[in-house]
Amino acid sequence: MTIIQVRELSRTFRVSEKRPGLAGTLRHLLQRRHRTVVAVDRISFSIEPGEIVGFLGPNGAGKTTTLKMLTGLIHPSAGELQVAGYQPWRRQARFLQQITLVMGNRQQLLWDLPALDSFRVNAAVYGIDDQEAARRIGELAEMLELGEELRRPLRKLSLGQRMKAELLAALLHRPAVLFLDEPTLGLDVNAQVRVRDFLAEYNRRHGATVLLTSHYMGDITALCPRVLLIHQGRLFHDGSLADLSQRLAPCRQVRLELAESAPASAFAAYGQLEEHAGHQVRLLVPRERLTERVAALLERFAVVDLEVSDPPIEELIGGLFRRVGAGDGLGDAAGHTADPGPAAAEP
Amino acid sequence: MNPARRCWRIAGALLGSQYALMLEYRAEIALWILSGALPLIMLGVWSGSGAGAAAGFSATQLSRYFLAAFLVRQFTVVWLIHAFEEDVLQGRLSPFLLQPLPPLWRYLAAHLAEQATRLPFLALLLGLVALLRPQLLWLPSASALLLGLLAIGAAFLLRFLLQVLITTLCFWSERAAALDRLLMIPYLFLSGLVAPLDTFPPALRRLAWLTPFPWMVDFPARLLAGDAVGDTMAVARGFAALLAWMLLLLPPTRWLWRAGLRRYGAMGA
Repeated sequence: MTIIQVRELSRTFRVSEKRPGLAGTLRHLLQRRHRTVVAVDRISFSIEPGEIVGFLGPNGAGKTTTLKMLTGLIHPSAGELQVAGYQPWRRQARFLQQITLVMGNRQQLLWDLPALDSFRVNAAVYGIDDQEAARRIGELAEMLELGEELRRPLRKLSLGQRMKAELLAALLHRPAVLFLDEPTLGLDVNAQVRVRDFLAEYNRRHGATVLLTSHYMGDITALCPRVLLIHQGRLFHDGSLADLSQRLAPCRQVRLELAESAPASAFAAYGQLEEHAGHQVRLLVPRERLTERVAALLERFAVVDLEVSDPPIEELIGGLFRRVGAGDGLGDAAGHTADPGPAAAEP
Repeated sequence: MNPARRCWRIAGALLGSQYALMLEYRAEIALWILSGALPLIMLGVWSGSGAGAAAGFSATQLSRYFLAAFLVRQFTVVWLIHAFEEDVLQGRLSPFLLQPLPPLWRYLAAHLAEQATRLPFLALLLGLVALLRPQLLWLPSASALLLGLLAIGAAFLLRFLLQVLITTLCFWSERAAALDRLLMIPYLFLSGLVAPLDTFPPALRRLAWLTPFPWMVDFPARLLAGDAVGDTMAVARGFAALLAWMLLLLPPTRWLWRAGLRRYGAMGA
């Protein structure tokens, strides 16, 4: 049974526009101009219970707006959505008992008090008795490697400790669906890894469904077998990261270490030369001709070492968004083929 | 968990945590207490002018009234709109909306906890008055104390409800607190903070009694001072007026709150 069902979901906002300067200010006062911004544009997807899904996209792509519609904080302009069998915007108590939203840049815990005080309030609000609340706090604190920190005022904790305490508060009522918006924002690498490990373990223990947005690809690659890629409000990809990589990069990266250096022009026939420094060479080779080209390279040059890999996913996605920004088209929706871009240039 | 027990636990947890939070701000709250000294300043003004006697108030009655008004003011301060406006602007309201508890209960608990934090400071202040000017103090009768406390509680609820009504405008305007500041003018002059209503010119007094403001200060202050306790009709009229104003404000407040939440969702939380 599907736990999140989204069909043709759209959200538009009406925003006022003001030109700079005194004339612009006076004009704005007398005659306001508005324009309609499409934040989310007819996206459709469904998520099964227990899935961990990454939600990718640049700033302003519509990720947070979608999460807010899924939690019921904002109303959709059009389309249908159901979460755990409820229409989120009604914000019924039984629905709220089943979800949680963690935003990396917002906090729900009381700043001047120890986190335990806030947990006590959450336990009462969600109807969890003292014994059970203590048991859950103990379990989650152990998973998050939190101890004495929970007895210190929140303002005295590091950013990573605060984020872990926020996660604990958000999961105390054991929600079936977790919406996480940049949960590792601003954390150092170690804290990021601990939060990721915790989320993976929580998902394994409790079978919770997780929809996660993050600008850190490490979060996505470590946690999400499936990703939704959204840009300018439209869903561009729904599938695995590997599929996304294939769609975005029709080429593979070939690194060579040569016994003797060769001029750059010598590699033109084998692929797009990306790097050429003495004995080190990096080429982009079309996937379908990879075997043939690698064999030719090994035959022509004295190769000491060879490595074939996909270009980093961050670079691929970044490149895609740059191309879209420059006016290249995207596929209409999930499943459509993306414009291969300049990386696909043939030798 | 049965609903009554759940409500009791929520109230206990909210009040407990908010009281702990307010204790962190105890120095600020002590300053707030001093900033509510307008009735005491007015007592000084009235005592020196002799206008109280002209209006039929003895020196004792006047000092008791203003001291009672000072105490009433301490327990009816409402700052909801400022906290709420800040929470809306900073996006802190959203997590509250995603919990199965209407967010206004949190603000109400914060106000009650803040009042509890004032208690020791006020006891200290009254102790100082007893030491320096013992003639200003009096021991109210049990009925005056009971009715006075009841009226203070009702006056606080009415002020809170009135401010919820204005607070709902935060959903439409980013600076709704400015409207509350505008409302402070009739509140200051018509509530009885600057002068007992009986000293007002008759036409102004009649007008004032038609507003909710005198029931928020003048009525509970006179009960606490022991002035109105013997007048059963006046006591009944006062509590009926408080109740009537609450009942009058409740439907538009509920409607505006729901409409505001819909707008919050429509405009982007």
